[in-house]
Amino acid sequence: MKEFRVKVSIRLRPSVLDPAGEAIKSAAGKLGVNNVNSLRIGKLIDINLEAVEKADAIEKVELLCDRLFANKVIEDYEYSFENLDE
Amino acid sequence: MNKLKVGIVVFPGSNCDRDVAWALKGCLDIECCFIWHDSSDLSGLNAIVLPGGFSYGDYLRCGAIARFSKLINSLKDFVKTGRKVIGICNGFQILTESGFLDGALITNKNLNFICNDVQLEIISSKGNWFDQRSKHKIINLPVAHGEGRYYCDEETFKKLLDNDLIAIKYLNNPNGSSWDIAGILNEKGNVFGLMPHPERACDKAIGGSDGQYILKALLND
Repeated sequence: MKEFRVKVSIRLRPSVLDPAGEAIKSAAGKLGVNNVNSLRIGKLIDINLEAVEKADAIEKVELLCDRLFANKVIEDYEYSFENLDE
Repeated sequence: MNKLKVGIVVFPGSNCDRDVAWALKGCLDIECCFIWHDSSDLSGLNAIVLPGGFSYGDYLRCGAIARFSKLINSLKDFVKTGRKVIGICNGFQILTESGFLDGALITNKNLNFICNDVQLEIISSKGNWFDQRSKHKIINLPVAHGEGRYYCDEETFKKLLDNDLIAIKYLNNPNGSSWDIAGILNEKGNVFGLMPHPERACDKAIGGSDGQYILKALLND
């Protein structure tokens, strides 16, 4: 078995309004940082998992993202891999 | 003859379960019992209520973890038999997350937790959840949620519209829901999810009685 570290980021789809992101954007202006054109909040999930091969790990991560981490009605996801045994 | 019985599901974090029992048994004289989320035995039940609250602490997304409970798994067969299921507030979130109903529920547009009475327009008669004899197509129910903004894309909205699946709409949309939607049905009409709380409107002395018909309808055909 190989050990993999995976970072999954989940974002609201562009068509979905993110009022919390808008509130933070407005606070950025109050801090004196202007010209922030867009600001949206997402989630970051760090996973450490074991799998036979990378393809097997990808399959597991895809299942997790698709069925649990993200609700595809409102969210998109992407992930990056790091093989800890290399 | 055995009396018809409604099951009220209790998840870790449910907090409207006892309100529902009070409304069913205390106000409407309907037999009911609590079912722990870890049970898959729905035998002897004629209808199911998924109550409001914060199942599994609302971790990840509201309703996202409840979806994997044994109970929700066995709910699929229950729904196929045509018996009725209502998801109130967090129960509605669970029904969308589990794929029983279309769309999703997300943070209110104004970021406030909204606790208020709202006026609702009855749109669909599917499933006979509302009093068809009444001329009043407007009912009043309380809402109490932070993440009750119903969201769906245009394609889903068209499907809801074409199949008469929009059960109720807000007259003054409090949370930014798509097309003012407050509650929707599945295609068969036996699954109803809504953000407002009918169980908190079953006694004129506290909060009105417009919720009575909806809860009684659990046992209608």
